[in-house]
Amino acid sequence: MYVAVKGGEAAIRNAHKLLADRRRGDRSVPAIGLDQIVEQLALAVDRVMAEGSLYDTELAALAVKQARGDMIEAIFLVRAYRTTLPRFGYTKPVETSQMAIERRISATFKDLPGGQLLGPTFDYTHRLLDPELAEDAPVDVPDQRVEAPEHMPRVMDILDQDGMIEADGIMPEGVQTGDLTREPLTFPLERDLRLQALARGDEGFLLGLAYSTQRGYARSHPFAGEIRIGEVEVELEVAELDFPLTLGRIRLTECQMVNQFKGSSKQSPQFTRGYGLVFGQSERKSMSMALCDRALRARELGEDITAAAQDEEFVISHSDNVQSTGFVEHLKLPHYVDFQAELDLVRRMRAEHESQNNQISEAAE
Amino acid sequence: MSAATQVFEGGFTDTVLNSQEIFRALMDAMANPGRVVSVGDLAIAPSPLTSVTASIAATLFDHDASVWCDKPILASDDAIGWLKFHTGLVVTGNPSEADFALISDVEAMPSFDSFAKGTSEYPDRSTTLILQIADFDGPQKLTLKGPGIKDIEVFAPSQLPKMFMEQWAANRGAFPRGVDLIFAGQGALAALPRTTRISKKEA
Amino acid sequence: MTELATYNFAYLDEQTKRMIRRAILKAIAIPGYQVPFASREMPMPYGWGTGGVQVTAAIIGPKDTLKVIDQGADDTTNAVSIRAFFQKVANVPVTTRTTEATIIQTRHRIPETALAAGQTLVYQVPIPEPLRFLEPRETETRKMHALEEYGLMHVKLYEDIARHGHIATTYAYPVKVEGRYVMDPSPTPKFDNPKMHNSPALQLFGAGREKRIYAIPPYTEVVSLDFEDHPFEIQTFSQPCALCGAKGSYLDEVILDDKGGSMFVCSDTDFCEERQAAGHRGELSAPQAEAAE
Repeated sequence: MYVAVKGGEAAIRNAHKLLADRRRGDRSVPAIGLDQIVEQLALAVDRVMAEGSLYDTELAALAVKQARGDMIEAIFLVRAYRTTLPRFGYTKPVETSQMAIERRISATFKDLPGGQLLGPTFDYTHRLLDPELAEDAPVDVPDQRVEAPEHMPRVMDILDQDGMIEADGIMPEGVQTGDLTREPLTFPLERDLRLQALARGDEGFLLGLAYSTQRGYARSHPFAGEIRIGEVEVELEVAELDFPLTLGRIRLTECQMVNQFKGSSKQSPQFTRGYGLVFGQSERKSMSMALCDRALRARELGEDITAAAQDEEFVISHSDNVQSTGFVEHLKLPHYVDFQAELDLVRRMRAEHESQNNQISEAAE
Repeated sequence: MSAATQVFEGGFTDTVLNSQEIFRALMDAMANPGRVVSVGDLAIAPSPLTSVTASIAATLFDHDASVWCDKPILASDDAIGWLKFHTGLVVTGNPSEADFALISDVEAMPSFDSFAKGTSEYPDRSTTLILQIADFDGPQKLTLKGPGIKDIEVFAPSQLPKMFMEQWAANRGAFPRGVDLIFAGQGALAALPRTTRISKKEA
Repeated sequence: MTELATYNFAYLDEQTKRMIRRAILKAIAIPGYQVPFASREMPMPYGWGTGGVQVTAAIIGPKDTLKVIDQGADDTTNAVSIRAFFQKVANVPVTTRTTEATIIQTRHRIPETALAAGQTLVYQVPIPEPLRFLEPRETETRKMHALEEYGLMHVKLYEDIARHGHIATTYAYPVKVEGRYVMDPSPTPKFDNPKMHNSPALQLFGAGREKRIYAIPPYTEVVSLDFEDHPFEIQTFSQPCALCGAKGSYLDEVILDDKGGSMFVCSDTDFCEERQAAGHRGELSAPQAEAAE
């Protein structure tokens, strides 16, 4: 006698209980606190905020903890929460030239107003595992600058002064900035929506594409014009007030790539821009984004579209890791009904093939 | 009731469940062209809007929906005030850009051609016309055929736009482009999607 | 700490429901046409039914009774999970009986029991574009639909015939709706295609990741693409269901041992159980099995 397998509900309940157990791990080890994650795994929290598209360190830390450190799972948790939040309005564009700078470097000038400011960077660290970190060894207080920070104009604004670089894109009159979370994307996209998609795109995917442009698949001769990290004010215009309301400060990483452009009969040669802006501290992501942005401007700049990184539908349709992971992992779901249909067809075709072969060999005898 | 309270009152008492109920009636109507679906008086709006029209507006409109309103509605500050307060709709003066059109005087309405029919690539970018009528017991009985209708459906709205048969034939001919109609009667609604084929029923 | 999140009836906020509802009305008005909608992130992964869940969440109300199936079965894990989700966020009655349900959300099957007027079948769709595997670009496929340029699809099906002697598409078999749009019926086996034609039920299709909603109104012509010399035909099974003895239902092969032993049982668990309850028996169902011992 055959008894069909039942009890999906109980199985799911048990699996989730086991997951909770594994998440907590050895109970003799103290549970990790959200403050510890926010303070000591800050770049993980930043990535979850950036790709989760929600600036909230505590929620991002909770997501990292709940996801057992699986970044894409954590990003997914934050996205699924974000989408349920009411929308009060759109803030003014943040003013990165007014950023309270923590780090600012330019690869295109040796020195510039405001100077090069290394800030908290892995650059130039020797990647040697540090056994002291295994214990809670005391950490020195960093040296603090005493004088007031100098004004740091954006490198692009400096280049812009003598027309060496194309002007920043200006939206046509009356055009409202799109919102990819509110409208379905319809290709081809304008740059506003493309940048939104890239800002929440998977760091690894964009990194790979950016790398491919450096290796000749849509080469753009990039220079890191400027990378700046720091906090900016977020302001909202409220109808009843005649001044914008400051909502708070968020940390951002901005990357401006300077790229070559030959110019045309109509236009004298100028450098072109690629732009990256990411929540939190993430130079890798912002640089990758800037390279991808530049590659995706091929259509706008009249360049031949020959490489994957220039193909807007390809890049944008596959850059979202919450979408990608969902669909790749959905192959775990039962597909036995369709598989049965395929099995049947292959069996039938094999049987026909065999009988044909038999007929041929009989005829030959 | 003062004008101000007229504007602020009369919305759904239960936003979530009332709008679900009205939407299901609309879905039922759109899926079964010409079927008259009863609905309760769930929203009350200032004249010239009737309760059913107000309920449909409260169910479908928000600040993502641009709506063209006909003259009698536009002329009523209270009606427009009610719509804005309860739905947040964007009123547009250009029917060819409207997601919806709210029409209280059906016989005087502009031709279907004035509204958005969508494009051949995006036929969904069209205007849905909401026609406020008295009842579904009109003198002219129409015979309907097409998707959503098993054999035939007989439909008799009390008012129809001018040259309706000719206009509808042209609308049907433009398929998949075209406008869709929702009829708001008293305590009931019905719909004619662009797929429906209509002929006059012989008396 | 952030306040505990509270969710709206049926999870989605009202603005999202309105957006989906507007798309559903358009989808019904243009049968088979894929209406773009601003699909939301859902608390389950993309590809696991987020489109179907959003459609169901936008239409469901307290008067509904919900049934959820995956592979035709009510007890597969994803069906269990989605059913539990709606019990939690909408507190609606649920059922496994096809005839009792007002809304049936499905993945990969159409129930064997004929659907009735007033019922709504909500399909979970992974890739809504039937032309996607012939042309990966949305900008191109949209043009092809606009121009009714479906030759490529026929060429593909005919190439199958030339190579294999059969049309080698066994599921997600393309259909033409009301003589206009070529439509993907979702990855249901082509066995189920004829059930879509002139169904008294409303059929809604939700593709969350791909952000598309489409529909087939009741009593609408749905024709599977074919050729005069190779007419569309559905799969037939050589034996009846081993549990309920049904002939003409879609069967799953269940492996019984590692020596090639297998049995065939109905994929629609409700259909099979109802038949067994009515006294129908198959060769491996309880009484016969006992008699054999």
